[in-house]
Amino acid sequence: MKINRKLLAAAACFALAAIAADPVAPVTLTSPNTPEKVPDADGFIQRWLLLEPIPANGLTDSAVQAIVKKEYFPNQFTVIPRDGDKVTVGDAQLTWHAVDTKLYNVNLYHFAHALGKPTSDVLFWAVTIINCPREMTGVRLAIGSNAASVWWVNGKEVIGIYGDRQTVIDDGVSRRLTLNKGPNVVRTAVVNGGGATDFCARFLDAADKPLKGFTVSLK
Amino acid sequence: MKFSLLATFLTLAPIAFGLDGQVGIHDPSTIVLCDRKFYTYGTGGSSLVSDDGWTWRRGTALPRRGLAPDVIHLGDRYYVYVAANIGAQPKAAINMISTKSLDPESPDYKWEEGGVVASSDGIEDCNAIDPGVFLDPTDGRLWLTYGSYFGYIRLVELDPKTGKRRNPNEQPRDLAINCEASDMMYHDGWYYLLATHGSCCRGADSGYNIRMGRARKVTGPFLDAEGIDMIRGGGKLLIGSGSRVIGAGHFGLLDLGEGIFKFSMHWEADLDRGGASVLDIRPLLWKDGWPVAGENAKEGTYEIESVRTGTALEMAVEGMPVGGRRGRGGRGGGPGGPGGGGRFGAAAPGGPPAPGNPPPGGGMFAGTGAPIPPQDVAEVSKNWPGGNLDARLAVYLCQAQQKWAIAPVANAGGYPGSPYFKITIAGTDRALAATEDAELVVLPSFTGAPEQLWRLDQLADGSWRIMPKAVPNSKELLALSAVGSSSATLSKWDPKSEKHHWSLKTP
Repeated sequence: MKINRKLLAAAACFALAAIAADPVAPVTLTSPNTPEKVPDADGFIQRWLLLEPIPANGLTDSAVQAIVKKEYFPNQFTVIPRDGDKVTVGDAQLTWHAVDTKLYNVNLYHFAHALGKPTSDVLFWAVTIINCPREMTGVRLAIGSNAASVWWVNGKEVIGIYGDRQTVIDDGVSRRLTLNKGPNVVRTAVVNGGGATDFCARFLDAADKPLKGFTVSLK
Repeated sequence: MKFSLLATFLTLAPIAFGLDGQVGIHDPSTIVLCDRKFYTYGTGGSSLVSDDGWTWRRGTALPRRGLAPDVIHLGDRYYVYVAANIGAQPKAAINMISTKSLDPESPDYKWEEGGVVASSDGIEDCNAIDPGVFLDPTDGRLWLTYGSYFGYIRLVELDPKTGKRRNPNEQPRDLAINCEASDMMYHDGWYYLLATHGSCCRGADSGYNIRMGRARKVTGPFLDAEGIDMIRGGGKLLIGSGSRVIGAGHFGLLDLGEGIFKFSMHWEADLDRGGASVLDIRPLLWKDGWPVAGENAKEGTYEIESVRTGTALEMAVEGMPVGGRRGRGGRGGGPGGPGGGGRFGAAAPGGPPAPGNPPPGGGMFAGTGAPIPPQDVAEVSKNWPGGNLDARLAVYLCQAQQKWAIAPVANAGGYPGSPYFKITIAGTDRALAATEDAELVVLPSFTGAPEQLWRLDQLADGSWRIMPKAVPNSKELLALSAVGSSSATLSKWDPKSEKHHWSLKTP
């Protein structure tokens, strides 16, 4: 019998949580200690600002679009938050956290679980800034996420992937776009149903090779 | 061929999926390209010409008429080898003629006689007709195979600078027996000798079939897949009769460049064309080191699946599960997630099971107890937005937006072997098209514009290259590409990249 891998992953996480009732350290995430960071050898962006999760439910195309387009806090599609900034969503006060990931992906389960926050039926917002030494044309944003996600580059929605899914490198790939010389804002909203949750992102050049030659910062 | 054939071919009515236009020919030569036109020459002076390789028309006869010519382009000249029996078979000779252009309208259309390059004296074990010329890509040496049933298929070396026999005093080598219409090609360290077995010139009673052996050296020995030497009658089948066509003969390699290989041949009898002998072009595939005859695209409804990602092309609309949306049984969940349950019998949130036989044991794995019909596109499309929609890739779930109707478009031209096709969501007129920024879009309806026409070439591994006839504002050769697991685009064709390889599966 085939068993949903995510069920197993969730079960494993649940078992871990049962053993360690208190929040555990997000072993794959650390606080940035440098002004800038270059993408990893495969071009993955490893520095992000993450907002603590917002309750949300639904993974179909229309449900995810409705979730991510709802306004939860002021300027949510334009704000460049700083580490420790707080926003109020409903009755909850949520905090932005700057993180570096040791891996190609950003483990949102580690992030939320370490804070004692829910990981299922939630929405995560994430923002980062790509600094390009020159204008870069014909590039694509290539992402993967668990589960659904919608992505913006410099305020323009460029890709969305929907449904209950696991993170696959280069799962969703945007149409060709241009990165400006200087800062470019990449923003995503990841909606999770249950169990593990994470995302990964990189840019591909015109030959579909990982784009490098830029830095990542949070200012 | 065994006997002179001087039949005059009538204009034949076009039939879908055989080549279009006037395709009557017997013993066609290798197809060559000259000034963006395709040419082939047959027995008795017949010739065919095409602007696109799909629609053919009568061409100008060769100045030297004879049996089963072959042609090759070397440098700035086209060399044609054409045989004639001298009196009764097997006394025969193969002559070479050459020209700088095959286009009678060109000032370079000037044939020159090159003399005899091979012959048989009527006594020796050979009938020097049916030439096949082969340029060895490994060393640039030029070879000619020839012969027809009586005695041996033979090999002589030609001079690639002149097209003439390199050393007339050198004895020809014997390669095969009991066949004719030989030709060679090279692939991945092997030389392949292709020759036609069986009987010709009997219409629907012709047993013609193309067989082959391979060797590490151009001089043989050419063994078939069973290890039998072709000089002892061996030969692995490449293509024989099938469907509505009978008697396959006279292989000719058609290298279209960019990793696209096809082959030309003729059918002794096309039943849909009154049993006439006609030209055909088929994809050339490879399996386990042997050529395989592929199939040109056929009209039908398909799942278009990426070889790279295993995901399927779909119109980007919210899918509805076949049989309707059922409640998810719950996935357990991490801390803060919903409780488990449902997997082994808890009622699904979507409501009670549909009417039918009671599912044995119940639960989320029991189904509805009744067959679920295919998704009705007329019904589910009511929820689809109008206007232009994106195309993307997704896990195939047998849903209506994932089923594509591929159908030929009349009078829209084509490419070697096939017409252009339209690709629409089955049961609708929503058409896949290329955008001016080299992306994909699904239009509300098909209008026949070039960016809505698609070329489907079967590749060596049996998968397909899918290319728009035109991409607005682009002169590049762009093909459908699985750039991500869930994303498709158009990008520069790379035969080695699985991004550009697609499976057409019957849903």
